[in-house]
Amino acid sequence: MPYPRYLRPRALREAVELLAATPDARPLAGGTDLLVALHARTIAPTALIDVGKLTELRGITEADGALEIGAAESYTALLRSPLVARHASALADAARTVGAAQIQNRGTLGGNLGTASPAGDTLPVLLAADATIVTDRRTIPIAAFFVGYRRTALAPDELIVRIRVPRDGRVIRFRKVGTRQAQAISKVVLAVCRDPARVAVGSVAEVPLRAATAEAALARGDLDGAVEAVGRDIRPIDDVRSTAVYRRAVTQRVLRRLLTA
Amino acid sequence: MIAFTVNGRPVSLDAPGARRLLDVLREDLRLTGTKEGCGEGECGACSVLIDGEVVNSCLVAVGQAEGSDVLTVEGLERSGALAPLQQAFIDHAAAQCGICTPGMLMAAHALLQETPDPSPDDVRRAIAGNLCRCTGYTKIIEAILACRTRAT
Repeated sequence: MPYPRYLRPRALREAVELLAATPDARPLAGGTDLLVALHARTIAPTALIDVGKLTELRGITEADGALEIGAAESYTALLRSPLVARHASALADAARTVGAAQIQNRGTLGGNLGTASPAGDTLPVLLAADATIVTDRRTIPIAAFFVGYRRTALAPDELIVRIRVPRDGRVIRFRKVGTRQAQAISKVVLAVCRDPARVAVGSVAEVPLRAATAEAALARGDLDGAVEAVGRDIRPIDDVRSTAVYRRAVTQRVLRRLLTA
Repeated sequence: MIAFTVNGRPVSLDAPGARRLLDVLREDLRLTGTKEGCGEGECGACSVLIDGEVVNSCLVAVGQAEGSDVLTVEGLERSGALAPLQQAFIDHAAAQCGICTPGMLMAAHALLQETPDPSPDDVRRAIAGNLCRCTGYTKIIEAILACRTRAT
């Protein structure tokens, strides 16, 4: 089988230049999604641009009232980081539910965003946190990041560099429902905040979404209304993992639990 | 050329960087202890350690291993003798068909390196990414727990 070229730039600037100069190249970090697709031949990129060890994409730091997470930081790094535990513990909760040790050691936060699966486990947390995606050329509010099924607002040669999570003390609660605790792709995944009112749900539409009318009800303190509304905000389907009926019922039940427990 | 170490031995090979580490280990280096199960990161049969961390070698492009220390199941023995963990799998009848066993050993080895005295739940969590269709896991968990070294 013909392999794509493997290129390892030494700096962010070089990586972006390579991406721009190589049509149909794909950035590679942890590889936990990309290598599956490559081997199954569902994608055929001309080149893999390995950005996994770029220093610009590494590190978890506090800056300007925000937590800044390098796009190539792994799930294991997230769940071991004292800064993440202190300022974004729901992100560690989500990281802990991704795959198992083998995937957590390789998969990255930037990769979860770039793949933009509706089932991406960290994505509802980032939505509930009002995270910002810092790329090589601009910042993108997460609310504007997911534009379609596995499609993002990124330009083809644009690279996610850091993820900025506001450090505003908001309390986000996370719950993933899958077939088992490890190695499961979500049937439903939720991240919820009371103040400000945020209800973010994955695996219930073509994109991870914020449930707008549920949030409006929650902002009024109407918990029953929020639970009822979320059933209309989501657009679940029947697929290999679950059914629309189950996903709607579980989303409503889990939301109630997260709001009242 | 891609250079890294495998089981402490330096290797340098001319392979496409996008090739799977799994294929390079099995086909180029003839280290066939590492198995391919699902080929998509679900089963853990291809688990190896890279710089001490357990990973699925089917999801690593070999170029990404440049400069790393790779440990495969062949690297667990010491001077021709099975490692205590390997012997424990035999003693506890923790292998039946054996396809998952190398990956189980590597996940368990990674755990014990970091947590020498794990709880049963630690063990279950550590092998949660490794599927076994034969044993029902209980004997595997017992074998790993038998290798605990208690903190004094």
